[in-house]
Amino acid sequence: MSNVDVVVTGLGATTPLGGDVASTWDAMLAGRSGVGRLTLDWADQLTVKIGAQLKVDPSEVIDRVRMRRLDRSEAIALIAAKQAWADSGLEDAGLDKERLAVSFGSGIGGALTLLNQDDILEESGQRKVSPHTVPMLMPNGPAAWVGIELQARAGVHAMASACATGAEAMSLALDIIRSGRADVVVAGGTEAVIHPLPYAGFANMRAMSTRNDEPEKASRPWDKGRDGFVFGEGAGAIVLERADHAKARGARIYARLAGAGITSDGFDIVQPDPECKGGIRAMSKAIRDAGLTGADIVHVNAHATSTPAGDMGEIIGIKAAIGTHPVITSTKSMSGHLLGAAGALESIATILAIRDSVVPPTINLDDPDDKLDLDVAAHKARQLDIPAAMNNSFGFGGHNVALVFTRP
Amino acid sequence: MATREEITSGLAEILEEVAGVNPDDVAEGKSFTDDLDVDSLSMVEVVVAAEEKFGVKIPDNEVQNLKTVGDAVNYIEANH
Repeated sequence: MSNVDVVVTGLGATTPLGGDVASTWDAMLAGRSGVGRLTLDWADQLTVKIGAQLKVDPSEVIDRVRMRRLDRSEAIALIAAKQAWADSGLEDAGLDKERLAVSFGSGIGGALTLLNQDDILEESGQRKVSPHTVPMLMPNGPAAWVGIELQARAGVHAMASACATGAEAMSLALDIIRSGRADVVVAGGTEAVIHPLPYAGFANMRAMSTRNDEPEKASRPWDKGRDGFVFGEGAGAIVLERADHAKARGARIYARLAGAGITSDGFDIVQPDPECKGGIRAMSKAIRDAGLTGADIVHVNAHATSTPAGDMGEIIGIKAAIGTHPVITSTKSMSGHLLGAAGALESIATILAIRDSVVPPTINLDDPDDKLDLDVAAHKARQLDIPAAMNNSFGFGGHNVALVFTRP
Repeated sequence: MATREEITSGLAEILEEVAGVNPDDVAEGKSFTDDLDVDSLSMVEVVVAAEEKFGVKIPDNEVQNLKTVGDAVNYIEANH
């Protein structure tokens, strides 16, 4: 437990459900799916032909010339971060930029640029390769662009922990503010690699749903018919701020980021520990870090990606670390799996669940797994008083991150 | 053979495409970096596009001498 309180003062996102936080949240509460048939011609060649593509293309928001030097993952990171920054009201608050840091990661990074420029190299030779290639594909690119846009001068950090990246970004931001190194951190995750190569790789791992004829029903965490995750793209950003700093400027405060727990499995590069031991330790650490007990956590936004192996381990973990009482949900049933952005988007959903006293639904849970013995907000959003909630994220490599948010 | 005016307007098209420069701002006396705000990476793109458009080779050691639009027009006129 730290004696420095950290609060959420700004939110931003661009997702398969909407071009901003409000439209994304409305879609979640209405139980809408962001999954569809891919609108890209190469999809016909692959076994997986569905995905969760952005509702609003970044080219509708950022001008054409600027887009020439931004990887898609960088462009949407900028869009989400600028929304969160505007939402925080910090633009006019006279913040010393030497007290502003960035913590922003991606699971896969600028692979779209790497692959597209490799095509150009093969077809047309070196001379035609864009001179912007390196800053577009480097994994710290999204964080760096956000830092440049907001003139952050207290350090720009880019983490990579696969599907736990967005949540790890929040955890690092919490550490930075608690340590006194910055007063404000813009934290988030971004992912935009809808391309045949990552699709083929994930498909050949048999990790992705092939429910091509019913895309809206493909992401179905904990359902007996689940057959893999649905690949998505998007970005989420959160402005985290020292509580006394936020209060002094009269900021609107959404929630507290009360605690975080990070562990690693030390077990397997892709398989989750079937007993969720690392997940249990992460959840327990986060609860202790928040100064709470399991009984205080009334809602969990679960990692649950709709894979046969992964979904049920987390159920074991939640019961062990928290208990059988929390109302759980997987918003991936609607958004698809945003990989490195998942932890950021799901943190936003957890924060808004606390604010609005409502748990967004898990759609498509028509025939629950026999071992599912926790209360899921299935099909419809559920009203619930939520003083404290948890967001879980787990990533390839055995990364486990749990975050505890509470009312301000 | 393109005239100087044709080369200038061809460069203006490239500058608009690559760097968002308003074609009305492009004139022989304008400096790429100081007046038109073309940075070094965008300049590389301008050179590659100009080579293709005008059928010239612009070696890297020549690019540093092309400070203004007029310098580029002179080089292209003499070498294409």
